[in-house]
Amino acid sequence: MAKTLVQEFTKGLWDEIPPFRLVLGLCPVLAVTKTVENGIGMGLATTFVLVCSNILVSSLRKVIPPKVRIACFIIIIATFVTVVELVMQAFTYPLFLKLGIFIPLIVVNCIVLGRAEAFASKNGIIASLADGLGIGIGFTLALGALGAVRELFGTGILTIWEKPIQIFGPSFQPFTFMIEAPGAFICLGLMLCVMNMMGSK
Amino acid sequence: MREMIKMVVVLTLLCTFSGGLLAAIRGGTKERIEYQQLKFVKGPAIKAILEGSSNDPIVDRFKIKDGEIERSFFVGVFDGKASAVAFESFGKGFGGDIGLMVGVNIEDDNIIGAGVTTHNETPGVGSRAKTDPGFAAQFKGLSIKDTFKVKTDDGQIDAVSGATITSRGVTVAATEAGKIYKKLKPQIAEKLKKFAK
Repeated sequence: MAKTLVQEFTKGLWDEIPPFRLVLGLCPVLAVTKTVENGIGMGLATTFVLVCSNILVSSLRKVIPPKVRIACFIIIIATFVTVVELVMQAFTYPLFLKLGIFIPLIVVNCIVLGRAEAFASKNGIIASLADGLGIGIGFTLALGALGAVRELFGTGILTIWEKPIQIFGPSFQPFTFMIEAPGAFICLGLMLCVMNMMGSK
Repeated sequence: MREMIKMVVVLTLLCTFSGGLLAAIRGGTKERIEYQQLKFVKGPAIKAILEGSSNDPIVDRFKIKDGEIERSFFVGVFDGKASAVAFESFGKGFGGDIGLMVGVNIEDDNIIGAGVTTHNETPGVGSRAKTDPGFAAQFKGLSIKDTFKVKTDDGQIDAVSGATITSRGVTVAATEAGKIYKKLKPQIAEKLKKFAK
């Protein structure tokens, strides 16, 4: 049974939310979620690439010869990633400096290629748009949530719109390891655990 | 065979389209990216050097062709007169080129401030040339026309302790800045007239 557009969109937000359910795209998930801002910035950049590449792949799906489809997908994705990179440099330079190498690495993010291959190359334009948007927003939310937890416990501060907000007050001793690499793994593990517990009921 | 041709054609068209799009976007964002880079990478050094100027030195900038290279100059307006310029020069450090932003008062040719912009020096050792404000402050008030050397080479600049090579790189950059300044001074003075308010 074909899913409705709404279902295509909402599945990305919970049932197939990328880092937690599909456990895909972990490289940026672990690396850039030191703060909420970084996480959401990275998520939005990925969403843009995902939506644009899904639309283009879907509209070209009858033209692209099956044998070179991956090469075609990569060209399309790489183009949009470079667009994002240039636009970020022009308008949000400080964020660009923080995300650094992870912006060009969206090209090899398996979520983007995965959606192009598994969904957009087989479905219509509107459905692909809904799919890309859903998965992208799901990815952004996941990165934002992970970033929030790590920043909150790692520093005791949440930075929103470049304004640091003290959450726990000055007597709070931050768990510095939360903003280091091990904290990313532990935090992701715990969140996966919570998601699975909620799903298994 | 037909399939073969189709593959080639599709890939070629895609690449052409992609190349064209990227070229267009790059053209459209180039100026803004340059401004952003100046603001966030060199901005802090420029602002510190031209402190107290009544204009925005990053907006009021001009370029002069020096042989093959195009150099950017940042204008500082003091007391209604465009009397200072800041520009960057490079010297060889321990881990590559060190960028030094030098501000010069064009009326008496004295340095009004200097600051390291970009470097690849060892963190915590050579990097102190950038973070220790006392080091770059030694250039203040000296004449840009001097040759700068660290004290171990019978010069006038105290090296950052443990980072003689880095410090030498900075003095070379400062000396280089003097050469650029002497060479381009007439053009700088000419351009500055436009900024006087």
